[in-house]
Amino acid sequence: MLDKNKFQEIFKTELNNLNKKNLEDFSTLKNTVESDSEVLINSKALDEKNNTKDINVEESVTFVKEDENNSNDSYYYKGDTLVKVISRRDKNYKYSYDGLKNVKDDDARNNWKAWLYLAPVLILMTMFLLYPLVDTIIISFMKDFNYVTREFDGFTIENYGYILNLTPINGAYESRVVNYAIPNTLIICFITVPVSIIIALLITVGLNSLKWFQKILQTIFFLPYVTNTIAIGMVFSVIFDSDGIFNYLINSDHKWITGADRWSAMLPLCLYIVWSSLPFKILVFLSGLQGIDKQYYQAAQIDATPKWKVFTKITVPLLSPQIVYIAITSFIGGFKEYSSIVGLFNNPGTTTGDYSLYTMVYYIYDKFNDNNLHYAAAAAVLLFAFILLFTALQMWVSKKRVYY
Amino acid sequence: MSDEKVMSLNATPTFVQEDNKAIYDRYIDFTVPGSLANNVSITIKEGRKTVKSLQRTESIMKVVSTVLVYIIIVALALIVVFPFYWMIITSFKSNEEIRANSQTFFPTVVMWENYIEVFRTFDFVTYMTNTIVVAIFSTLGTLITTIFAAFAFARLDFAGKNALFFLFLATMMIPGEMMVISNYVTVAAFGWIGLEANLLDSYLANIIPFWVSVFYIYLLRQNFKQIPNELYLASKVDGKSDWNFLWKVMVPLASPTLISISILKFMGAWNSYNWPRLVANKEEFRLISNGLRGASFTDLEGNILYGYQMAATVIVTVPLFFLFVFFRKYIMKGVGRAGIKG
Repeated sequence: MLDKNKFQEIFKTELNNLNKKNLEDFSTLKNTVESDSEVLINSKALDEKNNTKDINVEESVTFVKEDENNSNDSYYYKGDTLVKVISRRDKNYKYSYDGLKNVKDDDARNNWKAWLYLAPVLILMTMFLLYPLVDTIIISFMKDFNYVTREFDGFTIENYGYILNLTPINGAYESRVVNYAIPNTLIICFITVPVSIIIALLITVGLNSLKWFQKILQTIFFLPYVTNTIAIGMVFSVIFDSDGIFNYLINSDHKWITGADRWSAMLPLCLYIVWSSLPFKILVFLSGLQGIDKQYYQAAQIDATPKWKVFTKITVPLLSPQIVYIAITSFIGGFKEYSSIVGLFNNPGTTTGDYSLYTMVYYIYDKFNDNNLHYAAAAAVLLFAFILLFTALQMWVSKKRVYY
Repeated sequence: MSDEKVMSLNATPTFVQEDNKAIYDRYIDFTVPGSLANNVSITIKEGRKTVKSLQRTESIMKVVSTVLVYIIIVALALIVVFPFYWMIITSFKSNEEIRANSQTFFPTVVMWENYIEVFRTFDFVTYMTNTIVVAIFSTLGTLITTIFAAFAFARLDFAGKNALFFLFLATMMIPGEMMVISNYVTVAAFGWIGLEANLLDSYLANIIPFWVSVFYIYLLRQNFKQIPNELYLASKVDGKSDWNFLWKVMVPLASPTLISISILKFMGAWNSYNWPRLVANKEEFRLISNGLRGASFTDLEGNILYGYQMAATVIVTVPLFFLFVFFRKYIMKGVGRAGIKG
C-alpha cells in the first residue's frame, strides 16, 4: 500500500516532468491529488491544442503491464497524456490507497444502474436497428417473401443475381439497377462531392477573411440548411422549367425537368444537391479553419507567399481531417440520394418514361411499393456494402494523405 | 527584388565581434538580417527602397483583393438566396405571368389569391397538426433516451463501456434503408399500419422507431463530459443520488446542447418524407412533406399551376424560417459540432 504522502510526491514529480509551460494548467490535477482520492477520474492533461483531455484509466488498465521492479513505472505518457498505471487485479495493484480503491468500488456498484439508464436506448435499438439489420439481410436471401404472412419459398441468392441483371426470374430480366441506379448514383457522387467541397472551401476561406458583414453572410450561406428538401426541390423545378427563369436567362428552351434526357436532368439535380449541401460543409470547414494555428499564416506572410499557395499548401492540408470527414459523409449522402429527386421531378424517378433518374434508394422504395421486399432488401444490402466499401477505401486513402 | 528580400531573411547574420554595436544598429535600421559586411550596405539600401514600394503595391493589392473577395462572396450569397426569392416571388404571380415569355423579377400584380386558393384546396391544418404532433413527441422521446444514455456513457462506469460506445458510433454508418424494410414489417405486426390503423397508430408508427439517435447521444455525452467532476463528487458528498444529480445539475448545465438537439430533431421531423409516406395509408395521416408533394396543383389540361404550388411551398418553408430566426445560434452550433468529431 502506498501512503497518501508518497503518492502525492510521485505525482508531483511526474507533473514537473511534464512540459513546463503546461504546468499551471494542471492545477486541478494537483488540487485533487492533495484533497481527495479521486485522482484518476479527475486527472487531466493537455493535448497540442490546449484542450484538456481526460486521462483514461480504463485504457491503461487494458494494455499496460507493470514492471514490478521499477517503482516509477506506474506513470507514463500516452501521447501527451499522463497516465497512471493501475490494474484491477489486486496483485498488480501496487500504488493504491484506500480512497482510490473506494472510487473503483463505487463505480462497480453503479454497474447495474448504468445498464438501467441505457435500457431505453438498448431496447429501442434492438427493436428498430439491430433486429432489422439482421432481418433485412435474411430477407434479402428469401425467395418470394410475403411480409404480411412472413412466408417465403426457401433461401436463394437469386435476388442478388436478379437485381444485378445476371439471372432472370420468371423469365424476366431486371436492368434498372445496373443501367440506371448504379451509374446515376456514381455520376451524382462524382460530380456533386468534389464540386461542393471546392465551392464550400472557397466560400469558407473567403468568409473567414472578411472583416465586415461576416456573420450576416455566414447566416445567409446557412439558409439552405433550414429548408424542406421536397419544397425547395419544387422551387428548383420551377426555376428550371422549360418556360422558367433559367432558360429565360440563357435564352433557350431546353428541357431540364419534364421530358429531359438523363444528362440534362442531371444539371438541376446536381445543382440542387450542391446548393443544399453547402451550409453543412461551410460550417464544418469554418470551425476547422478557426482551429488552425495563426502562426502558419504569419510565417507565410513574412515569406510573402502568394495567396493561392497559402490556400493549397497551408489551408487545405491543415483542413484535411475535415475534408476527409466531409468527403465520406457526402459520398454516403450521395449514395442515398432520393428526396431531392422526388422534390425536383415528382414521383416517377424519370423524366421521359424510362428509369433515367433511378438511384439505389429509389429502386429500393420502388420494389418496396410493389411488395417485392426481398428485392428491396437485396438492394439495401448492396447499398450498405457500397457504403462500407467506400468508407473503408476513403479511410485508407486518407490515412496516406491526411496531415494531422 | 523580392528574391533578395527572402534571401536576406534566410541568411544567418554574421556578427563581427569588435563592431558589434554598429552592426546591431544597422540590423535594426534595415530590419533585414543579412550578411553584414561593409560593402553590403548599398545593396541593403536599395533593398529598403524596394521593400517600401513593395509595401505600397502590397497594400493596393490588399484593397483590390478584399474588394474582389467581397464581390465573389456576395455574388455567391445571392445565388444561394435566389431560390428563396424566386419561391416567394412566384407565389405572388398569376399563372399567366409565370408562363409568359419574358420573366419578371417582381410580380406585376400581387396575387394574394394564390394563398387563399391553396388554403382552400390543400388541407394544411391536418398535415400541420400531424407534423407538429409527430415532431413534438419524437423530439421528447429522443431527448429522454438521449439524456439517459449520454449520462451512462459520460458519468457511470460499467464493464464494456468503451466497446459499447464504439458499437453505437459504428451504427451511424448503416443506411436507414437497411432498417426501413424490416421496420415496416415490424410496425405492421404491431398493427400501427394497415387498413384498421387509426390516427394514433399512424402517429406511433411515425414516432417510436425514431426515438433513438446515436449522433445526439454522442453530442450530449461530449457535453456531459465537460461538466467538472468536482460537481459530481460534491453532490455525492451531499448524499444526492445519480438521478438527482442528472436532473438538477447536468441537464440544466447542458441545456444549450439539449436545445440544439431538440431543434435539429424537430426540423428532421418536419422534413421527413420517406418513412411517413410508407406508413400513411390514408390521406389524412400524411405529414407536411408528403402532403405537399402529393398535392396536385394542375389545371384542367394537366399543366402545373406554379403560383399555387409555390404558395404552398412558402407556407411549408416559413415555419422553419421562424425556427431558424429564433434559434439560429443553437442550430448552427449543433450542426457545427458534427464536424469536430472527425
